[in-house]
Amino acid sequence: MARSSTEKKAEGKKKREVWILKLYVAGTSPKSIRAFENLKKICEEHLSGKYRIEIVDLLKNPKLAKGDQIIAVPTLVRQLPPPVKKIIGDLANREKVLVGLDIRSDVRKAG
Amino acid sequence: MTRRIKAIEKAPTGIKGFDEISGGGLPKGRPALVCGSAGCGKTLFGMEFLVRGVLEFNEPGVFVSFEETGEELVKNFVSLGFELERMIAEKRLVMDHVHIEKSEIEETGEYDLEGLFIRLGEAISSVGAKRIVLDTIESLFSGLSNTGILRAELRRLFRWLKERGITAVVTGESGGRTLTRHGLEEYVADCVIFLDFRVTEQIATRRLRIIKYRGSSHGADEYPFLIDEKGISILPVTSLGLDYRVSSERISSGVPGLDAMLGGRGFYRGSTILVSGTAGTGKSSLAAKFAESACTRGERCLYFAFEESPDQIIRNMGSIGTDLKACFRKGSLRFHAGRPSLYGLEMHLVTFHKLITEFKPHVVIIDPISNLRTVGEQRDVKSMLTRLFDFLKMSRTTTLVTSLSTAGGPLETTDEEISSLIDTWILLRDIEIQGERNRGLYILKSRGMPHSNQIREFLLSNRGIELVEAYLGPGGVLTGSARAAQEAKESAALLKARRETERSIREHERRKKALEAKIDELRAELDSEAEELHVIVEEAMKGREALAAERSEMARLRKAEPGRAPGSVPEEKGD
Repeated sequence: MARSSTEKKAEGKKKREVWILKLYVAGTSPKSIRAFENLKKICEEHLSGKYRIEIVDLLKNPKLAKGDQIIAVPTLVRQLPPPVKKIIGDLANREKVLVGLDIRSDVRKAG
Repeated sequence: MTRRIKAIEKAPTGIKGFDEISGGGLPKGRPALVCGSAGCGKTLFGMEFLVRGVLEFNEPGVFVSFEETGEELVKNFVSLGFELERMIAEKRLVMDHVHIEKSEIEETGEYDLEGLFIRLGEAISSVGAKRIVLDTIESLFSGLSNTGILRAELRRLFRWLKERGITAVVTGESGGRTLTRHGLEEYVADCVIFLDFRVTEQIATRRLRIIKYRGSSHGADEYPFLIDEKGISILPVTSLGLDYRVSSERISSGVPGLDAMLGGRGFYRGSTILVSGTAGTGKSSLAAKFAESACTRGERCLYFAFEESPDQIIRNMGSIGTDLKACFRKGSLRFHAGRPSLYGLEMHLVTFHKLITEFKPHVVIIDPISNLRTVGEQRDVKSMLTRLFDFLKMSRTTTLVTSLSTAGGPLETTDEEISSLIDTWILLRDIEIQGERNRGLYILKSRGMPHSNQIREFLLSNRGIELVEAYLGPGGVLTGSARAAQEAKESAALLKARRETERSIREHERRKKALEAKIDELRAELDSEAEELHVIVEEAMKGREALAAERSEMARLRKAEPGRAPGSVPEEKGD
């Protein structure tokens, strides 16, 4: 909660930017599928038209785990806008995802 | 299950001393936990395990760091002579820094650590690793909040490593009550090693203990260890018992007089010799002489100097005719100098052990051991010395230690504590008489040999060390000029007595001659008297003959009886 004040300032810029989200998974586990579905829903609701989701399967690209500092699966990485943010888990808790991705205005609306 | 039936296989670590106390190394193909507080040497233990694996056992390794970056680690270990960069370039070592920053991570819903598994799997297969270090995997607990998932995943991780037959070292920071903050010991149950870093009276000592080693016997003690420019050295010695073989070979002390006191043949090889005495009694000189004699015999000598620098020792001993410089140049004499307070007792022990193992000396000199008392408690000093002496005895190294007794105190008791460890105990003392101090030497004990019980005066001059029999008289032991004076007095008295005797002999001769002269005189007198008597008798005879002739003449003249023979004087007398 402490960081909310600082991040509010950057909010204006972010709205115009493209959101690039990477979802790291390992094969097609139920968790990964759930995570993708949850993410897709949230994005459609809050970032409609200005987001892109990339799925990275670590089983196919194991080297990326080291390069992108991934340990947990699934991991959602907000590549853009900066700063890089990470959310791990199947993204079941909607509010946490919104806070984690720093989609502030929408959080307020939802709340 | 089948593994447990046959003896456990071990992966040697190559860490000095560790393989000895663990009976061959870490359990092969299994994870081992190395725990301890911050700065105890966990990371180094892990890194050395990998590096030695690469260099000595041809087993590639993976170092997964959860705290430091690869570059930091490379930099840190360059100072230890570990060329990590080269090993990485040669694909024999992989470093992976797993960065977890709680503030950057949001958790929502279920997840697993498959990402980490994939990373490890990738790293392991990239070099064909046989060894892995996870340093400190507990960082995951501070980065991720769902401990339920974490615990399950850690359990899976260790099982996964086991399945792959990878020997793993997992480090963990010690917690308040448990060995590790998050109870890692529950998961890594095969082998648990505890590293301790204690500071007592401002002196730090590192210790290692194998808490648990399933399926293997291991030393249970706390073993002191040292971290130096070559990595970790663990001292496997705790107590060796008394089953070492002894030598009956004798070696010279370098001082003929002392050898003579020790049954004429010097010390036993492999024995422990204590030279104790107050300040300035010549302990170091005796030690240096012994060192010199060892080097002259072509043996190696290791000299631990706790009071003087090697240069100073060489110079000072040169002044009393002990040439250590030549021995030093030849390489048969090696010094290790340093203040005892440099580090703790255990560290000293490890240093001793390490140097002795490296140099393999025949003779070890510690000058003095009394300084070690400033570092530890009497009990600890004794325990440390016991271990050291036992170790030296095992390797048949003759050890001469000096000990400074406190002036004024009873000389013997200061070293009482270690007396039982000592085979030959030489006591040097000041003898103060008539305003001068002299050195006295005697042998307090010497196991297994007849030895002199007398005090000798111990003379140091530029010719070397000399032992002189001290004067023992009614006034006690005399030394120095008092001894010289006494000796002079004695020799004067002796001379006087001899002259006296000579004079008596001469006197007797003279008197004998005088008496003999007298005897001659008397004999001459007797002779002359006898002669006189003879003359008288002869004259008397002649007179009688003449008288008889006169009578017969008279008778003839008076026509006396013709029957009467002339000369029948006695009958005449009867008339």
